[in-house]
Amino acid sequence: MSYLEYTVKHVPTGPRKVLYLNWPLALLLAAVACIGFLMLYSVAGGTMDRWANRQMMIFSLGLVSMFVVAFVPIWFWRSVAGVAYIVSILLLLGVEFAGEVRKGAQRWIELGSFRLQPSELMKVTLIMALAAYYDWISPKKASRPLWVILPVIMILVPVYMVLRQPDLGTSILLLAVGGGLMFLAGVHWGYFTAVIASGTGLVLAVFQSRGTAWQLLQDYQYRRIDTFLDPSSDPLGAGYHITQSTIALGSGGWTGRGFMQGTQSRLNFLPEKQTDFIFTTLAEEFGFIGGVSLLLLYTLIILFCVTSAIANRDRFSSLLILGIALNFFLYFAVNMSMVMGLAPVVGVPLPLVSYGGSAMLVLMLAFGLVQSAHVHRPR
Amino acid sequence: MKRPRIDLEAQHRLITRRAAILGGLQLAFVAGLGARMRYLQVDQADQFRMLAEENRINIRLIPPARGEVFDRNGTPLARNVPSYRIVVVREDAGDVADVVARLKTIVDLDEEQLERALSEVNRSAPFLPITLAQDVSWDDLSRVSVNAPALPGITPEVGLSRVYPLGSDFAHVLGYVGPVSDYDLEKLETPDQLLRIPRFQIGKVGVEAKSEDVLRGKAGAKRVEVNATGRVMRELDRRDGVAGADVQLTIDAQLQNYVQARLGEESASAIIMDCQNGDLLAIASAPSFDPNLFVRGISVADYSALTENKYRPLASKSVQGIYPPGSTFKMMTALAALEDGLITPEETVWCPGHLEVAGRRFHCWKRVGHGHMDLGQSLKQSCDVYYYDLAVKVGIEKISAMARRFGLGTRHDLPMSAIAEGLTPTKDWKYRVHGADWRVGDTVNASIGQGYMLASPLQLTVMAARLATGRSVTPRLIKSVDGIEEPDGAGEDMGIARRNLKKMQDAMYAVVNDRKGTAYSSRTIADDMRMAGKTGTSQVRNITAEERRAGVVRNEDLPWERRDHALFVNFAPFDNPKYAVAVVVEHGGGGSKAAAPIARDITLQALYGGEPPLEAYPTKDRDRIALQQEELRAVRPVADIGGNDQV
Repeated sequence: MSYLEYTVKHVPTGPRKVLYLNWPLALLLAAVACIGFLMLYSVAGGTMDRWANRQMMIFSLGLVSMFVVAFVPIWFWRSVAGVAYIVSILLLLGVEFAGEVRKGAQRWIELGSFRLQPSELMKVTLIMALAAYYDWISPKKASRPLWVILPVIMILVPVYMVLRQPDLGTSILLLAVGGGLMFLAGVHWGYFTAVIASGTGLVLAVFQSRGTAWQLLQDYQYRRIDTFLDPSSDPLGAGYHITQSTIALGSGGWTGRGFMQGTQSRLNFLPEKQTDFIFTTLAEEFGFIGGVSLLLLYTLIILFCVTSAIANRDRFSSLLILGIALNFFLYFAVNMSMVMGLAPVVGVPLPLVSYGGSAMLVLMLAFGLVQSAHVHRPR
Repeated sequence: MKRPRIDLEAQHRLITRRAAILGGLQLAFVAGLGARMRYLQVDQADQFRMLAEENRINIRLIPPARGEVFDRNGTPLARNVPSYRIVVVREDAGDVADVVARLKTIVDLDEEQLERALSEVNRSAPFLPITLAQDVSWDDLSRVSVNAPALPGITPEVGLSRVYPLGSDFAHVLGYVGPVSDYDLEKLETPDQLLRIPRFQIGKVGVEAKSEDVLRGKAGAKRVEVNATGRVMRELDRRDGVAGADVQLTIDAQLQNYVQARLGEESASAIIMDCQNGDLLAIASAPSFDPNLFVRGISVADYSALTENKYRPLASKSVQGIYPPGSTFKMMTALAALEDGLITPEETVWCPGHLEVAGRRFHCWKRVGHGHMDLGQSLKQSCDVYYYDLAVKVGIEKISAMARRFGLGTRHDLPMSAIAEGLTPTKDWKYRVHGADWRVGDTVNASIGQGYMLASPLQLTVMAARLATGRSVTPRLIKSVDGIEEPDGAGEDMGIARRNLKKMQDAMYAVVNDRKGTAYSSRTIADDMRMAGKTGTSQVRNITAEERRAGVVRNEDLPWERRDHALFVNFAPFDNPKYAVAVVVEHGGGGSKAAAPIARDITLQALYGGEPPLEAYPTKDRDRIALQQEELRAVRPVADIGGNDQV
């Protein structure tokens, strides 16, 4: 059902919309953000000044943006989806030419005092564009080859551009989110099976060919793959992060060492302790219980999104909500796997907890869309 | 776009189904994460907790106190004194420039060092303390402490710093310490961990460098809690190290001071050695410099002043300077001939002022010639032709071999830097180095200590000592280490025939005490303090035939660099030799005029154990000597030991 067919009279208007917001979801978000402030306060050595204050400011700004976005009818967002996608692509192009190089990667664009990371924005606009696309075409066409190619291009263009920055983590997330959305939209199983099968085949071929006459990659490329996949083979280089963070996690035990007592992160053994590796501090200081609690909060957020999506009879809305939930899931799943030594280090922040303005703000905007879809759902 | 209702329902069911599948996968993944978390945090907790402990506890080295250096009478020559410095820690200071500007209003800071410090601040890790000012006075330090609230990141620190109380007197003997450089580290195969401590000081030259192993001591250690970047959070426990051993030198500080003062600003060197046991009582090289400047980091201006000085103050001329020994070498040529039985002391040679050898004319320093010369006369009057004649008879191999027995052409093992080997040429050597055959003219030149023959003042001192005793005396600079006496250098009998040795000693006595001797004007008249010696004047240029025709230019009329070196070696007292001395005045002119008076003053100073009475000097010299003594009494070494009140 498209927004044109809404029985608009049932949709709340004006300030009354506040009552129809998905409040449990908003509270969950705030709870996770509060854990973030606590951890930032702790890793800064007991001061708000370093990260926590700024993070709170950004979260407040994010909260306001979320409400603003939520108050705007979802059909407006649907209609600007295409434009938003193109603007994001242009911003990515802008990074290519005018971006600032930080830590060897070009990801940022300077907008006055605010640094924008267009690849963050890209995730949300890609979801919007794909959701709008699948809302627009007839579901019957969704599995036809010609109609599959267009979304694939829509996904691969930003993936390629982000990969060039180079930001492997984000491009993998983009690919996963895009693929996931296509799956949700009902594209035939066959395509996914084919892609996964051929991908696996390629990987197998690459590894099988190693050391044979028809070797597909150079030796040094294999070695780089080795350290990427198994960082412990290089404990002072690539493996340092992982070794230190698993030590931090492990030393937490059941209940942790107590707030502000984590030696690993306090003593700076942990790299990026305020951003990508902040989970280790949480796990060290609050132990297994603390870690599982955060995991539970995240799962609840996903759950509330999924139920809201299923209850929503608007195709764009459900796809959008599910896409954003998937994106959120990928964030914390990849981050936690990385920190726990299950995945290579790829630089993905822990959503709502890691320090960083761009990611937080974009995430709140995305949840604004979820709220808008929830408020303006057809009744 | 109106769609059939049934279609919408089917569509919604599809999304729900797919969402359920994806949601299920997500839940499974979350469960996996939880399981992994449990494995790490519960099942393996003990192991990881242990690893974390190791991670944060670090062993830190504590630099030991460096051994001190004393003279033979216990006068301190190199000491450690507490020194106060002002350091800044960037991350605590915030705006470093601002804080330093405020600091400047309170205490005087050395601009050059400040500039160096500020650039270091920006280069190093933010938590590392960087020294802004060293050797700060107690007053300044208290001012900084009182104003601490206004000076974030600035702290006073106390440490030990090396001080040389006698400064320039011992610059060449002791050398100095300085921070470890990358070059120092490269030279070592397994460098002591201590050397990695920032700003740790090691000996750079002289005794400080050569006795580094003894002086350094053993590091202590403390266990500290650190973070990953190595910042110390707190100290857990400590074990003190072993301080470096004290070293006592054979040098007599008072005598050293006198010798250095006596050389004054000449480019000269002098050594006095106990010729019975080889103890070096004074090793002086002038001009000198203040080693304290190097410890604190010498300023560019001071350093270039030292390197651009044509008298080369940084060179330790007494051991690393090599000069043609000139006539001081003649004893070697004579002894080589005597020991070989080629001549008797009584045989005479006619000196007409020159000698033709292999078609070339070699001149005696006295143009009109000396007439009939026997061995004693030739040495006393330093006749060259007599030795030309000997040279042809004896040959270079025997002359050089004799010289080596007397310690020339040999590197004496002293804990000082760049000790020269000198050169006692042989036919092989010339062929190897110059690719040319040895010619008899080379022997003629070598016989009077010219040509290829080269020796350092230290070697000449050893030669004089061996001539005085007939034993192979070797020099010794370290008297004891940590209170344990080092073996002395008295040496064995050299096996030179007593008769021949006595002949040389008598001839050397005549050089100083005979009215016709070249050093007669530098004699002593105290009977039990008579000296025996030999003058030397070595050319640093070739005198061409034209020049000789035009009349040899007087030394005083030549530019300084082309003037002759003045040399003198002696031992005293003649009857019972106690001290051997060598003096070299670079480009000083004649040995009898420039070097011998210095040697006499030094010898008397040593013999009397202080300022000698005027009665020891010939009557007509006494007024001049009295004046000179008064002047020298006032000379103190240059030693800028900083604004530290405690020294």
